[in-house]
Parts: sequence; C-alpha cells; structure tokens
Amino acid sequence: MPVQVETHARLDDAVRACAQSANARFFGGGTLLMRAVNEGDQSFDRIIRCSDPVLREIRMDGNAISIGAGVTMLEVMENRDTAFLAPVARIVGGPAVRSAATIGGNLYADLPYGEMTTALLALGATIRFAGDAQGVSIDDFLRDRASRRNRVVQSISIPRVGDAANFRFVKVTRVKPKGAALMSIAAYLNRSSGSGGIRVAYGNMGPMPVRALAVERALEGASLDERGIARALEVATEGLEPPTDAFASSWYRREVAPVHLKRLLLGSGRA
Amino acid sequence: MAKKPVQFHLNGEEKAAFVDDGQNLLELLRRGVGDLTPKYGCGQGTCGACTVMIDGKPHLSCITLAETVGGRKVETVGGLGHAGGLHPLQEAFMRNFAAQCGYCTPGMLMAAKALLDRNPRPTREEVVEAISGNICRCTGYEAIINSVLEAAGGQGAMAGRG
Repeated sequence: MPVQVETHARLDDAVRACAQSANARFFGGGTLLMRAVNEGDQSFDRIIRCSDPVLREIRMDGNAISIGAGVTMLEVMENRDTAFLAPVARIVGGPAVRSAATIGGNLYADLPYGEMTTALLALGATIRFAGDAQGVSIDDFLRDRASRRNRVVQSISIPRVGDAANFRFVKVTRVKPKGAALMSIAAYLNRSSGSGGIRVAYGNMGPMPVRALAVERALEGASLDERGIARALEVATEGLEPPTDAFASSWYRREVAPVHLKRLLLGSGRA
Repeated sequence: MAKKPVQFHLNGEEKAAFVDDGQNLLELLRRGVGDLTPKYGCGQGTCGACTVMIDGKPHLSCITLAETVGGRKVETVGGLGHAGGLHPLQEAFMRNFAAQCGYCTPGMLMAAKALLDRNPRPTREEVVEAISGNICRCTGYEAIINSVLEAAGGQGAMAGRG
C-alpha cells in the first residue's frame, strides 16, 4: 500500500487532515515514522507534515516552559531555558538522531525508547493538542495514548525548574555511551512546594513510562540521605510489573531498581 | 501516484530530482542523483552507515523523508575530498587503518565532520559521543577515535587528551 505525504503550512489545516483519516500519522522528525515506512508498515497510508513555526517554539509561559512538539532533541539541548533537560535529550540516540527526533514524537515512542517522556512524566507535563487550550496531564495522556495517535500535539508544558538539582535523571544501559535503556529513572524533587511536589517516574519498567507512586509517598517530607530514602528504596518497585525482554529480565529490573534509585536520590552520579 | 520535484544542494552543486511519497533521502541520493557514497545498512536509523549532513547537522538519510531536503544543503562523503587530495579526516583514517571492511566509513566520516565543523578541538569523550550512533563491527572503534583526534589537532594534541 503506497503512502501519501501531505505537507501543510498551517497547523489547523494539518489537524483537519489528520482528523479526516484514521489511517493518517502525523510526522514529527521521522525517526520513528520513517522506520515504519521503510519496513512497509500497513497500518497507515497517509503522512501529514506541518511546517508551521508554532511547532518549533520554546517560550516562557508564566511559571511554565512551553515547548513546541516539533522541537528537536538537539534544540532542547541548545536552548537556555530547557538546558536542564539536556542530560535527557543527550541520551536519545546518537547526534544524527537528535538532529531530527522531536519531543512530540518521543511521546509516542514504544519500548525501549521514550526516555524524554519518562522525564516529562516526572515533571508533571501538560500535553496540549492543537486547538485545545486546556491540555491534558501527561498521566492522562499516557493512559490513553493509543487512541490519540492521530491527534496532533502542539506543545508540551513543563514547570520552570529553578534549581537544576531538583531534576534528576539516569538512563541505565549495558552499552555506553549509546545503548537501549533497560531502565530510566527521572525525579522532580520540588520539596519547597509542599505536598505533591515530588514526582518519580520510571521508563522501561512497564509498557510505557510509569510513576513510582509508592516511592513518591515515601519521599514526602524525607531528607535526601541514606536514612531518609531507606523506605523509598524498600518500595522502589511496588505496584510495577517490569517486562522481560532482550535487555533484562523482570527479576533483574526489580533487583537493580533500588540501586539506581539510591544513586539518583543521593546524587552520587554512579548510575 | 504523482512524483514530487525536489531541488537541493548536494556537496555544493544544485540537484533536482523527482521523489515518490514516502521515499527516503538515502534512496534519493543513491538512485535519484547517483551519489553512492552513503551506504544502506539497517534502514532503521540504527547503524549510522547512511549518515549525511543537512545544513551542517548530522542526519540519518535512511530515515529522512526525501522531500524535506528541498532548498537545503546536503553533504556526503562524495564531497569530502577535493581534486587536490583527501580531507584531513580521510587521510587520518588511512594512516590509522580506521577502515577495515569500510562499510561504516562514509557514515563515520560524516559524523566526525559534523563534530569537527562545530568543535574543531574535541576531547576524546566528545569524539566517542559524536560517533555513538555509528556502528563498526571491525575496528573496535579505537582507530576511528584516534583518527578523528589526529585530524583535529595532530598527534601531539591527541596524546594530551584524556
């Protein structure tokens, strides 16, 4: 089945084109979609592209940063306002992938990819679809991701992280510097905002990025030292069902998760 | 299905070709305009053999939609050497035996060129990072890393880098 490519200059035209066909896919940077095209994926027959510059904007929006869905990983790394996310963007593929891969596309990346989405989950991002001013929480977005495949994400809104030390991320891989993650952990430790200010998310510990709710509860009001995080480490994988795949078994993931979580929380940087 | 016209600059020369919907840049380069220097490896953006530069940045041509290069500057290994000789990277690769089967070499060279264009004096760590998306199954990478460092600053500079 040949694929048809349409390019629209305006975002609302692209949104209409996507809405007209259940077999349409929106084109971000192409690093996922072109793989599917090359493999002869028959699940879509239309590719909708959009050159609207609104998709490439990074702007401050009150206490939030709005990142256009078409912003590449390289642009995330190079922009001063999103520089705290550079450690996450830097581990997405090699430099040639980062020149093309977009933050919006990463939201739809299947295992073992999607590390940026893990970070966005920890940050409590809001996903804004084109034409929808309200947006949805990333938790809700991920819960219903499969049914949103032909909706067009316009931007992702994340909080301004004042102290970069409040945001922590690690990718655990057997191959360095580049290798598929057997797990990633992101933590937003906004302890000054009171209850609910701590969010911890895992990647590759389930079918999609997932919050470590038991860890978050255990860290509320706790100090970030060996004693303070002990309870969080005990419940590091509570409620999770890590997969077994080519990179690691479910058992192994459960065993090493507390080790990497500990290093992340104590900031020892060994993970 | 109608073909689409694409005009772009390839290694400094204007090129025009027709592309099919969904066609990737690697096919356009190899079949459309006859530049056989970028290689087909995996077709999934995983191996890096097809690495080219677009507007100065490294891209994987096998997962780049061909029509997106309209009006842009594409560089391949075909444009690296000049009539007067090889590019310093190519010379360094030769001196250090950084190519064995040679299949990854075009991608390695373009990944390295993208690095040196932006950062002429990279550290060893930066070189490793720059070629981290390029797979070589022959050399064990050391000869390639040393070649890039040598091309950047000569043997003396290479020895002084961690």
